Amino acid sequence: MATAKEICDTVLKYVKDEYVEDEDQELTCRTPLISGGIVDSFSMVSLKRFLENKYKIQIPDAQATPEAFDTVDKIAVLVQSLTDRKN
Amino acid sequence: MRTMTPSNIGSYEERLKDFSWSLSEKELGYKAGDDINIAWHCTDRVCKLGKAGKTALIWEGLGGASKSYTFNDIRLASNTIASFLQGLGIRREERVCLFMDRIPELYLGFLGVLKMGGVAQPLFSAFGDESLLVRLENAQTTAVLTTRKHAGKVRKIREKLPHLKHVIVVDDDGKKPLQTGEVAFSLEKAEPVEDFKAAATKAESPSVLHYTSGTTGQPKGVRHVHYSLISQYLTAKWVLDLQDNDIYWCTADPGWVTGTSYGIIGPWSLGVTQCVLDAGFSAEAWYQFIQKHKVTVWYSAPTAIRSLMKAGEEAVKKHDLESLRHLASVGEPLNAEAVVWSQRVFGLPFHDNYWQTETGSIMITNLPGMKIKPGSMAKPFPGITAALLDMTTFSPMTDPGKVGLIAVKPGWPAMLRGYWNNEEAFKKKFRDGWYLTGDRATLDKDGYFWFVGRDDDVINTAGHLVSPFEVESALLEHPAVAESGVVSKPDEINMEVVKAFVTLKPGNEPSEDLKLEIMNFIRKKLSPLAMPQEIEFTPLLPKTRSGKIMRRVLKAKEWGQEIGDTSTLEND
Repeated sequence: MATAKEICDTVLKYVKDEYVEDEDQELTCRTPLISGGIVDSFSMVSLKRFLENKYKIQIPDAQATPEAFDTVDKIAVLVQSLTDRKN
Repeated sequence: MRTMTPSNIGSYEERLKDFSWSLSEKELGYKAGDDINIAWHCTDRVCKLGKAGKTALIWEGLGGASKSYTFNDIRLASNTIASFLQGLGIRREERVCLFMDRIPELYLGFLGVLKMGGVAQPLFSAFGDESLLVRLENAQTTAVLTTRKHAGKVRKIREKLPHLKHVIVVDDDGKKPLQTGEVAFSLEKAEPVEDFKAAATKAESPSVLHYTSGTTGQPKGVRHVHYSLISQYLTAKWVLDLQDNDIYWCTADPGWVTGTSYGIIGPWSLGVTQCVLDAGFSAEAWYQFIQKHKVTVWYSAPTAIRSLMKAGEEAVKKHDLESLRHLASVGEPLNAEAVVWSQRVFGLPFHDNYWQTETGSIMITNLPGMKIKPGSMAKPFPGITAALLDMTTFSPMTDPGKVGLIAVKPGWPAMLRGYWNNEEAFKKKFRDGWYLTGDRATLDKDGYFWFVGRDDDVINTAGHLVSPFEVESALLEHPAVAESGVVSKPDEINMEVVKAFVTLKPGNEPSEDLKLEIMNFIRKKLSPLAMPQEIEFTPLLPKTRSGKIMRRVLKAKEWGQEIGDTSTLEND
């Protein structure tokens, strides 16, 4: 099972590669993604799909909220809770 | 305790009796044949009326950044930008694109372009390079005002745009060299231009070019003129009820028509203070913004309202939102539950209204003081003759409950004057003396309009129109895609989202990873709005015998409707 740090590193890289348009944008695991305008509500669907594919989980719609996806740290907590439940 | 002020419109019925657009002309000091320049009216004229020191714009960005501008500041800023553009050799009626996030330069640049007589072409900053290319190509755009963040997308397509002479980067920090043909412009560093003579544009001079999507073909550039101000001013005054002491917040992005008609022109021509929040959606941040700036009039969209509903009432209760006095909504039909909810949690209903990029200003609307029937867009604005036309004969009908096409008698000031380089498409919008909106509705016995749906395959997602043709064309550029059929799919928050049925080329296996790859491909190429939220791989697509993909069969499946006549279906 992936550790929180491994999840953070993977998701951070994915967000940088896929969503960040500004080359100079500094991104950390605490950077606001949704409220910060880096990932919009439509693109959040593809981020959710990535997490589901990568970690073989299903994220219920009720848990796929802008708040839960707002930072890479929060995403890692969500992913871990769902992988824990699966195992 | 909330204090309610008398509305600007007063009695709707009384206004109908003797309505004339000359009322708006008179208030704006305009007579037929005079010069009329939207930017001058939004800045210089307001200053001449004694409001030079009044706050025009309160802007907030990421990480707590904030700026504030008076009407004199926006007069000077628009002068400075207009002068800079002229200095580059940009001439009247040339198209100048504004491609940036909701930073002050977007709003001030829009006015600057209009002030020097250019045609402002705002484009949604989330557009991918393909979406940008077709719109700049069609408009033969001369210049693009952008930021470092978005300049990369312009660079990718620049070689394909022979008409594009200038790329102006408004936030260059000098850390990375600009490329050939790019020029830096900083509003903060530029010497303010005190005197600039606004271009002597006339009523029919082109002003704004917004792009909208249709069922077939590429997006169409909707051409508006400076005279549109006459409708935008009065509808902002009567529908949004903007008054001198208001703090107004329009949540729309100026990349779309609401963001210019009512996020720039309406409020500023009235000399009203407005706020802008340049950040992603968060219920907490939005309520905090209203509380902090004591927003009084709030114009938003159903998708945002439904997202706020989803965030729950507790979030509302944590904030003091007593400053709010009037709420309005546009984009797609506002469901009855949302109106009832807003009445309960804010003590105020959202006033739904209906209009389009082509109409330029509000057409059918709930007005202050009018009885609200939740779920209805209510009645035509005074001066607007709207009707439902029979779907086959195109004659007006009044039978309650019968579905017809929403049509409007041409002649209101903000009506589109054409589609850019597409006269044929423009002509098709008119029939028997009516402008056809492409939307269907019913009327009730009291004359209230109730939205039913589009009359074509265009997808309305979160209030933005997406062309299935454009998405299908882009999908074909993905190496694994053989064919596709793109339709709308119902969605609780966005009303509709994009769904793609895809057949794969030999050698490609369906997989979840491939779905994600295709989604991201479209997101980057077109925009996040156009990205299929769902992809279904299928070995065959329903086609007519002539080989045309039958979207209606796919759509019926998604919406749980009867498929209808399949006699022309090739592979049933």
